[in-house]
Amino acid sequence: MTLQTPRVTTSASAFDTDELVLNMGPQHPSTHGVLRVVLRLDGERVVHADCVIGYIHRGVEKLCENRDWTQIILLTDRMDYVAAASSNLGYCEAVEKLMQVEVPRRARYIRTILAELQRIASHCLWLGTHAMDVGAMTVLLYAFRERELLLDLFEEYCGARLTYNAMRVGGLPLDIPSGWDKKVLAFCDLMEPKLDEYEQLLTNNRIWLQRTRNIGVISGEEATAIGLCGPPLRGSGVSRDLRKDEPNAAYEEFDFDIPLGTKGDIYDRYLIRMEEFKQSIRIIRQAVTGLPEGPVMGKVPRLIKPPAGETYHAIESPKGEIGYFLVSDGKSTNPYRFRVRPPSFCNLQALSRLVKGHLVADVVALIGTIDIVLGEVDR
Amino acid sequence: MLDTFVVPLLKIVVLLNAILVSVTFLVLMERKVIAWAQSRLGPMRVGPHGLLQALADPIKLILKEDITPARADKWVFTIAPIMSLVPALVVFSVVPFGFDPLFYVSDINVGLLFIVAVTSIGVYGIILGGWASNSKYPLLSSLRASAQLISYEIAVTITLVSVVLTAGTLNLVGIVEAQRDAGVWFGFLQPVAFILVFIGGLAETNRMPFDLPEAETELTGGFHTEYSGMRFSLFFLAEYANVIVISAVVVIMFMGGWMAPFPNVPVFEFFEIIPGWIWFIGKIFVLLYVFIWLRATLPRYRYDQLMNIGWKVLIPIALGNLVITGIAKVVF
Repeated sequence: MTLQTPRVTTSASAFDTDELVLNMGPQHPSTHGVLRVVLRLDGERVVHADCVIGYIHRGVEKLCENRDWTQIILLTDRMDYVAAASSNLGYCEAVEKLMQVEVPRRARYIRTILAELQRIASHCLWLGTHAMDVGAMTVLLYAFRERELLLDLFEEYCGARLTYNAMRVGGLPLDIPSGWDKKVLAFCDLMEPKLDEYEQLLTNNRIWLQRTRNIGVISGEEATAIGLCGPPLRGSGVSRDLRKDEPNAAYEEFDFDIPLGTKGDIYDRYLIRMEEFKQSIRIIRQAVTGLPEGPVMGKVPRLIKPPAGETYHAIESPKGEIGYFLVSDGKSTNPYRFRVRPPSFCNLQALSRLVKGHLVADVVALIGTIDIVLGEVDR
Repeated sequence: MLDTFVVPLLKIVVLLNAILVSVTFLVLMERKVIAWAQSRLGPMRVGPHGLLQALADPIKLILKEDITPARADKWVFTIAPIMSLVPALVVFSVVPFGFDPLFYVSDINVGLLFIVAVTSIGVYGIILGGWASNSKYPLLSSLRASAQLISYEIAVTITLVSVVLTAGTLNLVGIVEAQRDAGVWFGFLQPVAFILVFIGGLAETNRMPFDLPEAETELTGGFHTEYSGMRFSLFFLAEYANVIVISAVVVIMFMGGWMAPFPNVPVFEFFEIIPGWIWFIGKIFVLLYVFIWLRATLPRYRYDQLMNIGWKVLIPIALGNLVITGIAKVVF
């Protein structure tokens, strides 16, 4: 480990200044968990930034190779723990792809509803913490107020509020409780005016604009080259959303738009996520009103043992493209190889590029705009 | 003997206690108001509706372990919080809470100058505290604090000069009386100055949206990162005492001090039933509420943007305001 960066003298004038090496994290209120960013500062300007990750590495991928295919669903909860349903969905679909199992239409609809509710919940957390980092602390409480209602909905559906374990290979373990669909619709009606409330506090706020416009600009080409995904990629104007491009669950049956940014700064990414709230509500409304009847579990053997082979399946999680690469040897009941492409990890790569030349205050805003969950970065 | 020592000393004792108690309740008020703004309840457990929280907090802070970091400059580290609190309290000696000499400790004829001079000392506490901690976040914070103070102090002081021109005196009692003679609060005569001093006051007291030296989400508390226990609470007291000072100055300069609103309009004479000091404190509370309200609403400015506002916006406006006031003074 060579983390100690040597002190570099920047100017040869009479007033020699040294660069200051500042350790931001792993204990810092704005690094969203245990991210450590080693900043080299010239005054308050960032000259160089290194991300140090791994503080909550639990070896999930290796662990999964020693668990059977159903037990793994529970471990996927623990990766992106603020968007567990999306992780579940990606994994279950990957195994279904490997086994070529048909999932009933009702199950696909409910999965879509869960994934979109999860997107709203995850974006609520992003909005609150992001605004908090920039200093607007009231937004946090407002966003959490609505997230609480979502967690209640999840609790009613599957009994858990954070790590749901809500899906199974081939469908869902549970049908929706009676009256749950009405509550989801009621939530959608409630959420829309609340979004205006958030936007009133931020969207046209002069300070918010000054803090977010032209900060952390990244072009579409560069974003693609780094491998960004999700809102940070779309913020740079690259149209890539797996819900449209490679539809999974029941997305091809719904009507929704993919918001795109133009500049690729923090403000664009903010606007995109605010629009995604609305699009998610739109999808949920269509899914709940058009919910078909039928079973929620497909025909799956009791012991899940996919045939020998490998597959890669990616879906659009709230944070971006979460992909699962699975290898089955066809003999044992656990995967031979389990590998995740976590959106947080890939997006975090952009941080050291984004913060260069900005101030310390922008670093926290940029960590917020990438929307990372360290549980997923480290796995 | 009685008039020179005993009475002033009694006044000082009463005033100091009143300020320290009101600071603890101001903290409670801030927590409550912000909680209501955020659709929460705020402190509810200690006493009825959390009223005794104002006492529980200081007790907790006093009982906490007082840590001095191993590599800190011990003496400066100890002196810094005191240096930041004392000026904040000293300023109150010239603040007139009412017309009667009973309501102020001393009436010096350069009261305003005294306030400007003494409040600037307070920032040394922050600078020294940040430096003596021998830690990087506090260091950055103290650099921010000194830059911020310089850029805002100039704007505020120039603005105050234009008010002094209007009033014709630096004496705080005199300024309030000038407003009575003018028949209108200076806030209406000098609206630009009013807003400038208020914004400058926000910046000088490190309040949102200018709380950069503290910036807990960036600098993890800034200059008081390494402080704990009572020394931390001295910084805390100083900040809130400063907020009250700025509110008091704004009330005296622009909102008619202890006078009832519309002092010379006969219709509103019934306002006079309420004693002056209650008006004074009531006006201060309105401003304190605005301070808290802003904190609950606004995001934080960035360091360079703050400097831009200070040097490129506030100082030119303050100078322009001064020139216009001067011309108006000569012409009328």
